[in-house]
Amino acid sequence: MSESTEKLKLAEKLVGRGQVSRRQFVQLALAAGFTAAAAETMFVKAARAEPKKGGSAKFGLAHGATTDSLDPAGYPDTATQIPFAGAMSNNLTVVDAEGNIHPDLAESFEPGDDAATWIFKIRNGVTFHDGKSVTPEDVIASFQHHMGADSKSAAKSLLTDVKEIKADGKDKVVFVLGGANADFPYVASEYHIPIMPAKDGKADWQSGVRTGAYVFGEWEPGVRAHLTRNPNYHGTAWFDDVEFLTIADVTARTAALTAGQIHWISRADLKTLNLLKRDPNVNIDEVTGLGHYTFPMHVNAAPFDNVDVRTALKYAVNRQDVVDKVFLGHAAPGNDNPIAPGVKFAVDPEPKFTYDPEKAKFHLKKAGMENLKVDLSVADAAFNGAVDAAVLYQQHAKAAGIDINIIREPNDGYWDNVWLKKPWCASYWGGRPTCDWMFTTVYAKGAGWNETNWANPRFNELLVQGRAETDEKKRATIYAEMQQLVHDDCGALVLVFNNYVDASSKKLAHGKIAGNWEGDGFKIAERWWFA
Amino acid sequence: MSESAQTGQAIVPPARIGRRGRMSRVWRVLRKAPPTAWFGMIVIALYLVTAVFAPLLAPYPETELVGGAFEPWGGQFVLGTDQLGRDMLSRLIYGARNSVGIAFMTTMLSFILGSALGLTAAISRGWVDQVLSRAVDVLMSIPQLIFALVLLSIVGSSIFNLVIIIAVLDSTRVFRLSRSVAQGVVVMDYVEAARLRGEKLPWIMRREILPNIMAPLVAEFGLRFCFVFLTISALSFLGLGIQPPTADWGSMVRDNAALITYGDVTPLLPAGAIALLTVAMNFVVDWFLHKTSGLRE
Amino acid sequence: MNPVLRTVLQRLGLGIATLFVVSIIISLTIEMLPGDFARAILGQSATPETVAAFQREVGLDRHPALRYLDWIGGVVRGDFGESYASAGSLAGHRRLVADMIGPRLLNTLFLASAAALIAVPLSLFLGVLAALYRNSIFDRVVNIVSLTSISSPEFFLAYILIMFLAVKFPIFVSLASISPNMPFLDRLYVIALPTLTLVLVIVAQMMRMTRAAIINLLASPYIEMSRLKGAKPLQIIVRHALPNAWAPIVNVIALNLAYLVVGVVVVEVVFTYPGIGQLMVDAVSKRDLPVVQGCALVFAATYILLNLLADIVTIVSNPRLLHPR
Repeated sequence: MSESTEKLKLAEKLVGRGQVSRRQFVQLALAAGFTAAAAETMFVKAARAEPKKGGSAKFGLAHGATTDSLDPAGYPDTATQIPFAGAMSNNLTVVDAEGNIHPDLAESFEPGDDAATWIFKIRNGVTFHDGKSVTPEDVIASFQHHMGADSKSAAKSLLTDVKEIKADGKDKVVFVLGGANADFPYVASEYHIPIMPAKDGKADWQSGVRTGAYVFGEWEPGVRAHLTRNPNYHGTAWFDDVEFLTIADVTARTAALTAGQIHWISRADLKTLNLLKRDPNVNIDEVTGLGHYTFPMHVNAAPFDNVDVRTALKYAVNRQDVVDKVFLGHAAPGNDNPIAPGVKFAVDPEPKFTYDPEKAKFHLKKAGMENLKVDLSVADAAFNGAVDAAVLYQQHAKAAGIDINIIREPNDGYWDNVWLKKPWCASYWGGRPTCDWMFTTVYAKGAGWNETNWANPRFNELLVQGRAETDEKKRATIYAEMQQLVHDDCGALVLVFNNYVDASSKKLAHGKIAGNWEGDGFKIAERWWFA
Repeated sequence: MSESAQTGQAIVPPARIGRRGRMSRVWRVLRKAPPTAWFGMIVIALYLVTAVFAPLLAPYPETELVGGAFEPWGGQFVLGTDQLGRDMLSRLIYGARNSVGIAFMTTMLSFILGSALGLTAAISRGWVDQVLSRAVDVLMSIPQLIFALVLLSIVGSSIFNLVIIIAVLDSTRVFRLSRSVAQGVVVMDYVEAARLRGEKLPWIMRREILPNIMAPLVAEFGLRFCFVFLTISALSFLGLGIQPPTADWGSMVRDNAALITYGDVTPLLPAGAIALLTVAMNFVVDWFLHKTSGLRE
Repeated sequence: MNPVLRTVLQRLGLGIATLFVVSIIISLTIEMLPGDFARAILGQSATPETVAAFQREVGLDRHPALRYLDWIGGVVRGDFGESYASAGSLAGHRRLVADMIGPRLLNTLFLASAAALIAVPLSLFLGVLAALYRNSIFDRVVNIVSLTSISSPEFFLAYILIMFLAVKFPIFVSLASISPNMPFLDRLYVIALPTLTLVLVIVAQMMRMTRAAIINLLASPYIEMSRLKGAKPLQIIVRHALPNAWAPIVNVIALNLAYLVVGVVVVEVVFTYPGIGQLMVDAVSKRDLPVVQGCALVFAATYILLNLLADIVTIVSNPRLLHPR
């Protein structure tokens, strides 16, 4: 590295802190052999890199309803998740952009003698918005809010394995689990379980008093939420105040962004993304998420009870074509492994299920079911583009001699009447940050949401083993085998992994965007800043 | 609106049908039609031909993926392709069949239902009138779009259900109009005479009243026709209209509407198709009204 | 009795009966919808136990008829109940239906009045002019423009306005998000585009009815008479034709005003305007029955009152009805 480039590197750092002027920087860059235009761009980039405080940020969300509630038992979509779970609250732990788990309200966490007990130590001096210190009682009440017979929480099934939560001294909470679970700290990061103050032993969710980067302000359910910066936050928050607006119509959302009325929108319109890219004031932010779209087959219903039929159907769809046409390139083709590439221990099992009508025919022949005719129930309620994807699939499968009959189901009540009930339908998973969590929720024998009715003995045996194993290498082997099993034998046709495609004003800056949830892991208000 | 809101309507003498053949009479009338009416009739005829012969006219099938996504205009695909690679021109042509067909069927159904009940109410008076009018009041005071949305969620969003639900909800307006216009006619002496002669209700309706209230009904038809279009496209906007892959103009506007904010004119094509048809229809209606109003100028 | 007063009383009585029937129909249809509040909120993550807990808490485990009777009993006492969304809330955090509808209704009325204040005079003016200069170029242009505007879907008109007036030439804003403590002029500014959209949507029909009603009368003998007496065309229309044409015109105006309150949900969605239409669609999709009921009653009452008003105008404007034989 020459001297001039080294100086430039140093200057870049100093620009971020405002210690080098534009002129000085450009001179250094020219000396290092860059053109003047390139130097300008580099300066702007360097100046943006260092976060700074200030400004009112406005975010346009695709969701929101008048029935939204502050109660974390619900939080059905981003209109509650991003402002209330992400900006206003903290969990004991938090997942970063790389998929690693970190302590948040907890200062540290460690397993007991085995992974069946977990001890979380609460961060010293951390307070709620009203000034009260966070105590073990608050943590216990916050968890118990989702447990018990009367719980109506979406997180209830997540915590069924928690047998006991007890305080240990003034700053420690001990979780006793029914069995070992090496991934329990990930569970504690789930957005339904923010820490709330305890009032008479019950979690007080109604006051909106939490611990997060922003303090609850004005809120009109289904319209807007306005939060202001928490001056005593234990982390960092850059904006002075943040406003979240529900703008359900994607065209309206885009227009508001391009007209400069708001600074960030979720779920940009894929059809017109290329046109939006041309806007000089707009950035497109795209991350591959954990979420995936599936066509689950009931493995105990004919003809899907024959593994060769399942394999034939897996070969009969051109996933790349679906990615290109339905998701306009903004997705990654699946390989019938529900573990997203970004998750720890993820593998990509062989053979790859790419479009191959000949192989599909071969497997049909083996099953003795040439000229297979099957029904596929779909609605866009499962995921946006489900119907289009099914239409494409129908065309692809023709080449393999498979006749797919598409049954359009009503959007309303899709999850009640079609999903888990029809032998083959469309489904969506927001994804889970660990192998164990994903497998336990959807693929374990008897799991409430086992959408394929799959019950593989070897798989279920490995599931218990993997949960208790703390040796990373052994866990990797176990989870690799499990992913292979799902890929080969299960009825889940994992079509694609979705991308979160958001658009933001160039005035905003940010670090690496997390893909575990939408909006930078719901933490956009805390992690982003005005450049 | 009420029992007493019909006095503004003109009372038109019944059209007299001459001895000469109907055809030559029609021709004689048509020859005198103004250019706007001719324009309207030609446009409507073109739409009808397109709708009937759609499979012959369209270069590609309605729902088949024939090219890449978003192919540009010109060349193999005259108007390009949509996001799945279906030919836009073919979908526009098939759209004529689906959209015009569905909207026309719906409007016809709502007129048959609405005017039959409206005339019954006007002629029978008494409790029949009361029951029908109150039922219509109830239906009309429920927001139409939202009610249609709810009903479609219950029965499922098929074209058949869509036609029936919109026709029934829309027929309330036809009922009101035909009833209030007919009320002015039923008190006329010639109707009274027919009644005294002992003519049956359907006969009086068909021969004495209907010809005399045709003008406002036809005028309304043009407007209602385009409102049906709009209701269907609004339902598509809210997610429950005509479902893909069926090509219909309302949903085509909806699917491509976002392009307009970038200055792409593609969504103008189906919208323009709707607008042109409505304008044409109303030209013909205006001419018809002008003829029947007896205004000579 | 004075015929106006009699009509008013009679219609008010009928109106209340209508409201009652409407509430029954709405209850029945919402019950028939698949799913319920608990499942709509929990979505894919609903389990039988959590759904049951939810239903117990909001009282959905009771028979629909009982729930309806409870609700209607409350309404008679002026209590519209509370949203299911306040399930589990303590006092002070409960969400009363009246509190939810109130501000939304005010927003809707604000937008509706703005649109009506422009659209009604404009359409009367254009209608009279079109009748006066019928079959002229002016008549035809107004006719074609207005027909084109009504035959384009609302959201499409809205998008075109957004493109020109908010994105290309940023004169107005595309987000009509108004908040409770906004100054009046700011409110007017942010609702400019939705107002304009609504004006475009409703002017055509009122204008055409005005024109048709007037032209309809021009053939009648008394108009011929005044023409023979040498009255000027404008004078004939304004002095002689218009007073007798009021009935159909006012009826169409009433219909359009009702539409401004009841039917603008699409415009609300496009401009993210927090009106009552969106509230009702929200509540329907979440199966929040008390809120749906509340909205339906407001809509029905609006419709009934506007029609009553139209009837009164009809009677007052017509001496034969005002002084029946």
